[in-house]
Amino acid sequence: MSGPAGGRGPAVELAAGVRSGERRAIDALEDYLVAIAEGDDQIHAFNHVMAESARAAAAAVDEAVAAERDPGPLAGVPVALKDNLCTRGVPTTCSSRILDSWLPPYDATVVTRLRHAGAVIVGKTNLDEFAMGSSTENSAFGPTRNPRNLDRVPGGSSGGSAAAVAAGFAPLALGSDTGGSIRQPAALCGVVGAKPTYGLVSRYGLVAFASSLDQIGPFGATVGDAAALLDVISGHDHMDSTSLPSAPPSAAARLSDGVEGLRVGVVTELTAAEGIAAEVVARVRQAADALAAAGAKVEDVSVPAAVYGLSAYYLIAPAEASSNLARYDGVRYGLRVPGADITEMYGQTRAAGFGAEVKRRIMLGTYALSAGYYDAYYGQAQRVRTLIIRDFEAAYETFDVLLSATTPTTAFEIGAKTSDPLSMYLSDLCTIPSNLAGHPAITVPFGTGTDGMPIGVQVLAPALGETVMFQVAAAIEDAARAHEEAVR
Amino acid sequence: MSTEAPATDAPLSPDPSGWEMVIGLEVHCELRTATKLFCGCRNEFGSPANTNVCPVCLGLPGSLPVINQMAVEYAMRIGLALHCHVEPSIFHRKNYFYPDMPKDYQVSQYDQPINLDGWLDLPGGTRIGIERAHMEEDTGKTTHVGGGGRIHDAGYSLVDYNRAGVPLVEIVSRPDLRSSADARSYVDELRSVLVATGASDGKMEEGSLRVDANVSVRAAGSAELGTRCEIKNMNSLRSLGRAIEYEAARQIALLSDGGRVVQETRHWNEAEGTTRSMRSKEEAFDYRYFPEPDLVPLAPSASWVAAVAYALPPMPAERRARVAAATGLDGDSDSVVTVVRLDLDSFVMAAVDVGADGALAVRRLANEVAAHLDGARPLDPDAFCRLLLLESQGKLTTAQAREVLRRLLSQGGSDPAAVAAALGFEAMGAGDLGDAVDGVIAANPAEWARFAAGEDKLQGFFIGKVKAATAGKADLKAVSALLRERRA
Repeated sequence: MSGPAGGRGPAVELAAGVRSGERRAIDALEDYLVAIAEGDDQIHAFNHVMAESARAAAAAVDEAVAAERDPGPLAGVPVALKDNLCTRGVPTTCSSRILDSWLPPYDATVVTRLRHAGAVIVGKTNLDEFAMGSSTENSAFGPTRNPRNLDRVPGGSSGGSAAAVAAGFAPLALGSDTGGSIRQPAALCGVVGAKPTYGLVSRYGLVAFASSLDQIGPFGATVGDAAALLDVISGHDHMDSTSLPSAPPSAAARLSDGVEGLRVGVVTELTAAEGIAAEVVARVRQAADALAAAGAKVEDVSVPAAVYGLSAYYLIAPAEASSNLARYDGVRYGLRVPGADITEMYGQTRAAGFGAEVKRRIMLGTYALSAGYYDAYYGQAQRVRTLIIRDFEAAYETFDVLLSATTPTTAFEIGAKTSDPLSMYLSDLCTIPSNLAGHPAITVPFGTGTDGMPIGVQVLAPALGETVMFQVAAAIEDAARAHEEAVR
Repeated sequence: MSTEAPATDAPLSPDPSGWEMVIGLEVHCELRTATKLFCGCRNEFGSPANTNVCPVCLGLPGSLPVINQMAVEYAMRIGLALHCHVEPSIFHRKNYFYPDMPKDYQVSQYDQPINLDGWLDLPGGTRIGIERAHMEEDTGKTTHVGGGGRIHDAGYSLVDYNRAGVPLVEIVSRPDLRSSADARSYVDELRSVLVATGASDGKMEEGSLRVDANVSVRAAGSAELGTRCEIKNMNSLRSLGRAIEYEAARQIALLSDGGRVVQETRHWNEAEGTTRSMRSKEEAFDYRYFPEPDLVPLAPSASWVAAVAYALPPMPAERRARVAAATGLDGDSDSVVTVVRLDLDSFVMAAVDVGADGALAVRRLANEVAAHLDGARPLDPDAFCRLLLLESQGKLTTAQAREVLRRLLSQGGSDPAAVAAALGFEAMGAGDLGDAVDGVIAANPAEWARFAAGEDKLQGFFIGKVKAATAGKADLKAVSALLRERRA
């Protein structure tokens, strides 16, 4: 599947075929709808399949091609959306009972951009409720299963999107990443997933979990597909004040440029650290060796403050979430459970509407922001965040990109960690620092563990360093493929 | 603007001597921007309920705020007019549950407001410190139906979100006010400053200006501040004055009896003329303020601040000084204050420019014109000036000039001479007037003898007779001068 820049992967090949008139969008869509119909009963990647509107969108693409109008760069490519991205008139539940009946009156900016690019929205994918979780088990509508092994979790919170791409239900999907919610499930499902620089992709229409950390990003079967999707959704949006005003870097620009002369640092704190499985560390080392063999200059580097990421994250993210989720109060939309007065109505509605993990985080966050505790918790966490940014920036003075593990282990069994939130939280150890820093990071599949489950290698880059990040990711993808062929 | 209520004020009547009131005011001012603070919805009073709303001001999941630049400019105008420093500022979230707040938090400035540390001089010269003037969004409006009109005993409640997200500036004074008269004068003066900046329409009756009062009392001469209560729900200047008087009396009574004032928020009941406890300090909300992550810091450039400062029109105090200089009147006199407050000072300056009597212009404007402002036709400045000249040249009597002015105000017109002619007005020549006076003296010899003997009260009798004999055309001042001349 490898080819010239912009031609790496099933999605970009499909788009090229549709644009040239060799393939019809509607035929491609029907193939994917069949795959969903046959396989999703077992996987449960989707909360909602949008077969009819997808057929209409595919037909419109084919008409545009027939009429010789430009159908867009993603012409006819089915895309699955995490169910926390607003879609006009289509249920957007965040996998929560509290939004069960809500129909957004508007499309998220990324959804609008996808439509303009000729993409075909196939459905809304399952997630941990309000994106809080690392296994997609915290969904009000039941867990998603890992297509590589149905007894394993797909990771989370964007587990539905990762599973959809891994299972071949859609060539592309969007997720959101607050502490690793794209990269961790991508790694566990064996696909590519990227979290862009904070502000590169508009958050307008993404139901907020932790506003200063949330970022929408792509899933694809290949680095090229993920790059093509990111290039369609990135860029300034006047509806999001935190959207960066500068022209976005191209993710797909240098996919075939190799890594000759690039400086790559392997982050010791996020690789050979306590809790990270030896087989995962071994894969990171293999990837690093492959980059060195391809001409990169590879060294170990320390990013000391990264070890405090997890603690800072579990103060900042719940604090912002406690405020962002206040609006689900039964007054205006979604679930309402009646009460004797408004206070009781609020309480009953939220008690019935939110799951245990969401409640836990609302309580953590409310406490962290309380008078007398703010400075010791939220204030301190923000200071740690500043330190993490400082340490990463120091590393980027010497290195173009950094390398690390994506997850401490391969996919764990469904139910294995549901009763131990702390152990679940540790799943995001390696991914959280990028969110705190606002920097981009991508995970690329690199072999499997002894259990046969996929392992991901993470490439981290400085703010707006997407071009070089995808360039290195593509080289790792090539190395992984070569490695697989050698093993075979 | 005053709401009349039974004059059963101050059921408590402790001895106020020996006590001093200490008052600080918080004035919420709605900005008259075309659109709301964070979205493009119209900012308009009186639209049908829930028609000026969108995903952003309804706080729908996924929506994000974007700051209205005009609101920032208006806020800076207000700050600069109040001699504040314009500072780099940020927004915070103020978290609490109430159905009039779509997000269950209010976006407001907290410890880094846009305007800091200014002052406002009252007519008469008292300088009141301004602590801050910060930006925030307004809430929606609730109507509680049934029960006692409060949310917890209402049968049901209606919410109108048209006002949600309307831009507000909250102007917080220092506790420099010492009487209810001071407080009223401060609000009056502040209102004309706000109107002069163009940022506000100053309409208290439509809620564009809302005032809360922090009231405490202390032994006269003491430098320490007493415990304060915050009084809410005054909807007119009159109720502000009444509420402060009531509250101070309540506190004096408490302290005089050896009791203590409890810091709390109290609700002014207009009908009863009393304040009642809403919530004590212990029951006060913990708002869990934290920086609003969906907005970026506000840092107006020095050139923008300078441009706003440069474009500020003259403020009321400066305009009163100009009127005083042009007319020789006291700038703090009621009539000059009224003329400037009603935006009529340009008429005075125009009159002085054409050589008319400036003091006479102020009198006419503060009386006849002020009384006819409602429903009046726009007064032509040129016609006003010519009318003043007709009067001061003796071509119209005072009574005639007033009548002509009333006609101009009620029916319009640009030629006061023509209006006077149509009314049959024509001032009498000195010879004719002398004849008329002599005729009246001859016809009333007995009364004349008594007047001549020093019975001054008969002057009115003769003036009335001359007025009748001349069908109102006589200049009554000239008549009384003639009467005294004849007697001498």
